[in-house]
Amino acid sequence: MNHLFMPRNAVVVVLLLLLAALPLYASLAGNPFLVTLFTRILILAMAATSLNFILGYGGMVSFGHAVYLGIGGYAVGILAFEGVASGFVQWPLAIIACALFALVVGALSLRTRGVYFIMITLAFAQLIYYFGVGLDRYGADDGLSIRQRSAFAGPIDLSNRTQFYYLCLLLLIATIYVTWHLVNSRFGMVLQGSRSNDRRMRAIGFPTFRYRLTGFVIAGAICGLAGALLANHTGFISPATMHWTRSGDLIVMVVLGGMASSFGPLFGAVVLLTLEEALPLAIRTLATPLFGDVAVRMGEYWQILLGPLFLLVVLFARGGIDGLLAGSRRD
Amino acid sequence: MTDVLLRIEALSKRFGGVLASDAISLEVPAGELHAIIGPNGAGKTTLIGQLAGEIAPDGGRIEFAKADITRLPAWRRSRLGLARSFQITSLFPDFSALDNVALAVQAHAGHSFRFWRDARSEPGLREPARAALARLAIAERADMLVSRLSHGEQRQLELAVALATRPRMLLLDEPMAGMGPDESARMVATLRELKGELTILLIEHDMEAVFALADRITVLVYGRIIASGAPEAIRADEKVREAYLGEQEAGNA
Repeated sequence: MNHLFMPRNAVVVVLLLLLAALPLYASLAGNPFLVTLFTRILILAMAATSLNFILGYGGMVSFGHAVYLGIGGYAVGILAFEGVASGFVQWPLAIIACALFALVVGALSLRTRGVYFIMITLAFAQLIYYFGVGLDRYGADDGLSIRQRSAFAGPIDLSNRTQFYYLCLLLLIATIYVTWHLVNSRFGMVLQGSRSNDRRMRAIGFPTFRYRLTGFVIAGAICGLAGALLANHTGFISPATMHWTRSGDLIVMVVLGGMASSFGPLFGAVVLLTLEEALPLAIRTLATPLFGDVAVRMGEYWQILLGPLFLLVVLFARGGIDGLLAGSRRD
Repeated sequence: MTDVLLRIEALSKRFGGVLASDAISLEVPAGELHAIIGPNGAGKTTLIGQLAGEIAPDGGRIEFAKADITRLPAWRRSRLGLARSFQITSLFPDFSALDNVALAVQAHAGHSFRFWRDARSEPGLREPARAALARLAIAERADMLVSRLSHGEQRQLELAVALATRPRMLLLDEPMAGMGPDESARMVATLRELKGELTILLIEHDMEAVFALADRITVLVYGRIIASGAPEAIRADEKVREAYLGEQEAGNA
């Protein structure tokens, strides 16, 4: 089962080394923006990993996963606004709030399947989105600035960009590691069996609902932590964070990277968010000699290139990037 | 007089205008192999679905091991020792054969809120699963993905999964469907071997197999029992010949 020298594993090792060396490179190259970009990539990769846990392994296509980024972010933002700056309070609360919300959403939505499940998760996410828009005390539509990053004890200082970057990297790797264990445990077997054939699972004696619900809550909780990180990263939280298009982005990351694979969501996040930066630039550079000033505006339509690319992956590489790297996938 | 393991009383199920189960009453004593036959659309699979807990009956009562299970969800019936196999092979295609059976073992080895240890390296799950595969003579296929097994092997695996839940009673929905003569013969041998240990309710179109295996046979036509008794009695029954066997023999001739 473990072929250590598969191209996929080599890519994972190289990618992790590059990620570890990135702050050094950025400071040598005098390009601090790289650290900012990749901190964001790491955080969203963590959110995508949590989504992959239920979507890829559990077959639960949650179309409202960004709501946990929002709830986690607001937990940090609101507590900071009210004068509670300690990360020891903020982060656990972000996680707990998300877990509780996931419990409610899951308890109702997991009784349905397919399109209905997608629609209910979307509806709940939109509900919270509009709730955020109505939060006048906390900036409503315009959002809430977070002046101070979460405070921790001792030498941990999140306002240090490099330190924060490494914390995000560490938490991402921990998330992937924990998810890997979850997926291969008895619990994970039930989750995967239920994705594959829920009726059969019940016939052989599993009350699958409670396991699926637990998985749903775990995914929400992990994404809540990612939300707390994201709010610290941007120093800002607004309803836009949990707009349904954000949930769509997370799904794209998972599908692009490869569903039901440990590192797929990381691949997906790196590729999608790098393209998001690189494509407009590339279009502008290539089009300027031809179209002059108009080329700058053309860069805004970079998604015209992303769309077909995503289509190709869905049509021809079911296992996503991970599947391509791992060679012939099962099935 | 042996104990009755499964008792069905006036079970009814209607789908729109079709009466799929019309006041079905039946008793299956422990240790019996009871076959249910009937033409297509007689409501055999619907009956199994109600017994397994996947279809809610409109009326009547199901009693298993002296407990009323009419309203129990499917997974609870499995825990009580009622296992079913599916007519259309219904396995986990992206799992290996061994994984499929190990999951059935796991379902009956305490709760599955165990989040860390690799389930594929738990001897307590793997060994009973290997034993079940060996019993069905597909041990050498253990590590193959289900999607790569032959049809006959998948049918064998289907039964291995049911057996791995260590049931008291098996509900088998056409275990020989789509099998070649060799595979059918092997399945008959397997069932004959299981007959001593378990109570079996068998739905099957292969009449040769049914008459070779069954202690008693019930004939279902349009959701109603038209006859129930020993194989010889069924063979001799006028109504049965008319409704079913005659047509079958004519078809085979």
